[in-house]
Amino acid sequence: MTTSLDMQKPVTIRVNGEARSACVEDRTTLADCLRGAMHLTGTHLGCEHGVCGACTVLVDGHSARSCLMLAAQAQRYTITTVEGLADNHQLSVLQQAFRDHHGLQCGFCTPGVLMTLTELLRDQPDATEDDVRLALSGHLCRCTGYQNIVAAAMAALKISRER
Amino acid sequence: MKPTPFEFHAPGTLDEALELMASLPNSRAIAGGQSLMPMLNMRLVMPDHIVDLNGIETLKGIRDLGATVSIGAMTRQRDLEFSDLLRARVPLLNEAILLVGHRQTRNRGTIGGSLCHLDPSAELPTVCMAMDATLVAINGSGRRREIPMREFAVDLMTVSLDEDELLAEIHLTPWPAPHGYAFVEFGRRHGDFAIASAAVLLEMDNAGIVTRASLTLGGVGVVPIRLTAGEALLVGSACEAPLLDAVAAEVESCDALDDPAYPAAYRTRVARRLLRRALGVAIARATSERVNS
Repeated sequence: MTTSLDMQKPVTIRVNGEARSACVEDRTTLADCLRGAMHLTGTHLGCEHGVCGACTVLVDGHSARSCLMLAAQAQRYTITTVEGLADNHQLSVLQQAFRDHHGLQCGFCTPGVLMTLTELLRDQPDATEDDVRLALSGHLCRCTGYQNIVAAAMAALKISRER
Repeated sequence: MKPTPFEFHAPGTLDEALELMASLPNSRAIAGGQSLMPMLNMRLVMPDHIVDLNGIETLKGIRDLGATVSIGAMTRQRDLEFSDLLRARVPLLNEAILLVGHRQTRNRGTIGGSLCHLDPSAELPTVCMAMDATLVAINGSGRRREIPMREFAVDLMTVSLDEDELLAEIHLTPWPAPHGYAFVEFGRRHGDFAIASAAVLLEMDNAGIVTRASLTLGGVGVVPIRLTAGEALLVGSACEAPLLDAVAAEVESCDALDDPAYPAAYRTRVARRLLRRALGVAIARATSERVNS
């Protein structure tokens, strides 16, 4: 293995409306770049092979696993992480609904779940409970049994529709 | 786990990508990355070079060519899912796409990536086998090679692309409307790899006699299996229940994958039931379409 393969290189990624630069190896995933190099530790890493959903972020507005994308690849896109959901200290409708409905316990899966549901709220404002559960099928939660996550999502959908 | 070190390349054109693939030793092309990235993270593959195809715009998009529909290899599964053209003309693909992974993986995963990875239980290779898709590969000297899906799928996760070739397009010939179709699968959880799947396409004449049939199993063999004997039995029949049972019985003669979680006998039994169910759905659709048209 040549040393050049693990050389650090500069990347610039647009994250939460701000261009952020870091030096990472080519093999560094977006998830590790966000957490390690950019100190955005809101995005969590669980399985590192795309199954658990904890690392889900928005890539050009669409939910995707940040463990299945390289930091170098992410330079093409606009990335939104959980840190980008609140407006200053004002929680998003979805985040507030999670708080109100006890939609999280340990909080490990929550950042990824919030990103998927943010996409759902925008793309399917009339989503049914079945649609919500289908979207959540891409996430593992070991605490809540999903019930309160679904309740929070349904409440957020209702509030968004009424606005 | 994390990938072993490699050098990343992001060509902007197909020519550049082909040149890189030809000149770089131990290189791998990455499409949507929904299968290759897990394999890199788990160190099941350890390339020295990764060539990213995501910047090649000419490999993206769905085009109606009249008799065929052409899909660029880098078209995302999401775009297949939301394509009005595919929903109208290739309903089998539309039914199957919702079973591919989850929203979060379809947003990135591509049709070409899925075909080249060729997981035995993946839905898109099964659909392409059912549709007799033609795959277009391009090599470094610009030679276009058309490969029928039956020849493209060689063995377990092995395709007939040469080392200097990349998959560029997938051509599907839509079945004429009205036709019957069904894609059903069984897995332990939604979004999991299916234990088995069955794809059925049927055309009937006005008297309800089958004039054309395509029967495919996914997840059973190393590559999707066409049940040619069953297809021959169906054509010319009026789909009586005993005949359908006989058609589904062909599944028993397949050389099924065998592993401790899903022994061959179990896979075969599941596949036989799925095929019988898919036949029922496809026949019902063919019949109601025929009556309504």
